[in-house]
Amino acid sequence: MDLFGNLIFGFQVAFSLQNLLYCLIGVTVGTLIGVLPGIGPLGTIAMLLPITYSVSPVAALIMLAGIYYGAQYGGSTTAILVNLPGETSAVVTCIDGYQMARQGRAGPALAIAAIGSFFAGTVGTLLIALFGPPLAEIALKFGSPEYFSLMLMGLVAAAVLAQGDMMKSLAMVAMGLLLGIVGTDVNTGVQRYSFGITELTDGIGFIVVAVGVFAIGEIVSNLGETEKRIVFTSRVTNLFPSKEDLKQSIGPILRGTGIGSFFGVLPGTGPAIASFASYMIEKKLAADPSRFGKGAIEGVAGPESANNADAQCKFIPMLTLGLPASGVMALMLGALQIQGIQPGPEVMSQRPELFWGLVASMWIGNLMLVVLNLPMIGLWVKLLQVPYRLLFPAIMAFSAIGVYSVNNSSFEIYMTAIFGVLGFVWMRLGFPLAPMLLGFVLGPLMEENLRRAMLMSGGDPSVFVRRPISLVFIAATVLILVVMVVPTVRKRRADIAD
Amino acid sequence: MKPAFLDSKDFWGGAMLIVTGVVAVVMARNYTFGTALRMGPGYFPSVLGGLLILFGLYLVVAGLRSGEKIEGSWSLRALIILPLSLVLFGVLIDRAGFVPALLVLIFGSAAGGTEFKPIEVLLFSVFLTALCVALFVWALGLPYPLLADFR
Repeated sequence: MDLFGNLIFGFQVAFSLQNLLYCLIGVTVGTLIGVLPGIGPLGTIAMLLPITYSVSPVAALIMLAGIYYGAQYGGSTTAILVNLPGETSAVVTCIDGYQMARQGRAGPALAIAAIGSFFAGTVGTLLIALFGPPLAEIALKFGSPEYFSLMLMGLVAAAVLAQGDMMKSLAMVAMGLLLGIVGTDVNTGVQRYSFGITELTDGIGFIVVAVGVFAIGEIVSNLGETEKRIVFTSRVTNLFPSKEDLKQSIGPILRGTGIGSFFGVLPGTGPAIASFASYMIEKKLAADPSRFGKGAIEGVAGPESANNADAQCKFIPMLTLGLPASGVMALMLGALQIQGIQPGPEVMSQRPELFWGLVASMWIGNLMLVVLNLPMIGLWVKLLQVPYRLLFPAIMAFSAIGVYSVNNSSFEIYMTAIFGVLGFVWMRLGFPLAPMLLGFVLGPLMEENLRRAMLMSGGDPSVFVRRPISLVFIAATVLILVVMVVPTVRKRRADIAD
Repeated sequence: MKPAFLDSKDFWGGAMLIVTGVVAVVMARNYTFGTALRMGPGYFPSVLGGLLILFGLYLVVAGLRSGEKIEGSWSLRALIILPLSLVLFGVLIDRAGFVPALLVLIFGSAAGGTEFKPIEVLLFSVFLTALCVALFVWALGLPYPLLADFR
């Protein structure tokens, strides 16, 4: 394996002026929305998807990825400075980070968060480079039965491991699959669920669903809650952590990176779970656990590394198998499909610049984030004062223009409004939205592979358990479901969710 | 006193799934079901619709027994006004042009918020519309007429 050569090739791609620029735009926008509460990476990426139409696939992916991991950085900044997690993954960072800030140690907390994230990002990038190619190699041998079983496993795992009600997650997967097959059936030309509407014969647009549910639905939901006022309690002075700080942080950073990488490849587990697990472990390992919650630097270093490692490793199944492990990855997959690239193991051999360019850009992006965040921290904090009442009309405007620009179709705007309402209702009833999006993206592929597998086997469903690789996936799916039905595990899971 | 299940998340969630599932299955009867060997266009949707009904039944039962309540405050105003301003944007952009459509959308959605200061919102709408024109029409070159030709 020529890992070194591939990485150099990747850096050549990533260092082109255009790609560097898109990387910078991505991480800047990411930091921005990470800092701003009320808008997350899902909504932002959905909103900006249409803009990526006009750029090359590599640049598009680089920018979207930058938004994603940049948001993790920005989220921790506000967690530490104002006790407000900009992103859910930063909830844990609030606990000790904010306490550190109150003790006048905001600087070291921010610096350690940045160092930990950068280290974890570097490891994550290396892991993708190391494990991506062999995984894709294996996946190239997959036939229809394997793909069907793999998608089934991915969807079930994503639904079961996600936070919230398991039954509702699974139901949302089915809902997404159903929405995904609206339109013309490729095999027979039959119109399914198109209600005689011409615009629906090509199916419901991916952007329509993503923007409607994640941008519009989210705003409607946010407007029900009263706006939180931001109170500053600390000024950032001395940025540099002491030798003591660094010594205390090395262990947590290493462990956090490991934990994050592990959770990263699992479908459905968001960065929040990884950072929470890391926090618990650091607390268990600490000589004096009572320091936690009162400004222990380990409580910042571990979780911050974990959530960044998780964010990076989520790319592994998406890039090598074409299997999205989270809502954001489903959006990335959608972005590739919009560009006319069918995600899967072939991407690595047919479009190497895409894979290696993205991998290299993620490392560059992480470096940019350190540079961007630490010296300019004051500027980001100022942005926190932008009130939501001005923010959300802007999101509405960008979303509307974005959706309209895809097909110049008002119909898609109306559909977006409908999905906005649906997204809000689903959220209120406690249905998680990410599993729906995963199902929506995979729906047509899953049906296609199921049909092909059955044709191949002459209508014998045992084909899924007679082929060894497929059997492994099916067995894993069953195992996940069985384990989750065990009452104690279910209870544990509910505890963690709180 | 109204029965407890009427504000149970699970009950209404389940009901929603059952309705969706039934609609899916009933509509799928018009598509060929086929056999396991040659699956027709109706096969996969029927299975999915059936699954939705099952999940729905489970949740309805769970909701009748106990279930979490629908909690939190929510804004009916936002729920109506925001989608409505999007629809207006769709109607106006084809008929009146980019600028009026955006102005209505921005002003309209701001009116859906809890804090509404007409003058601030008006200024902000104009500013944001100008920004969008500069960014999308001039910089990115989207081919939309700023104002439709009414002659």
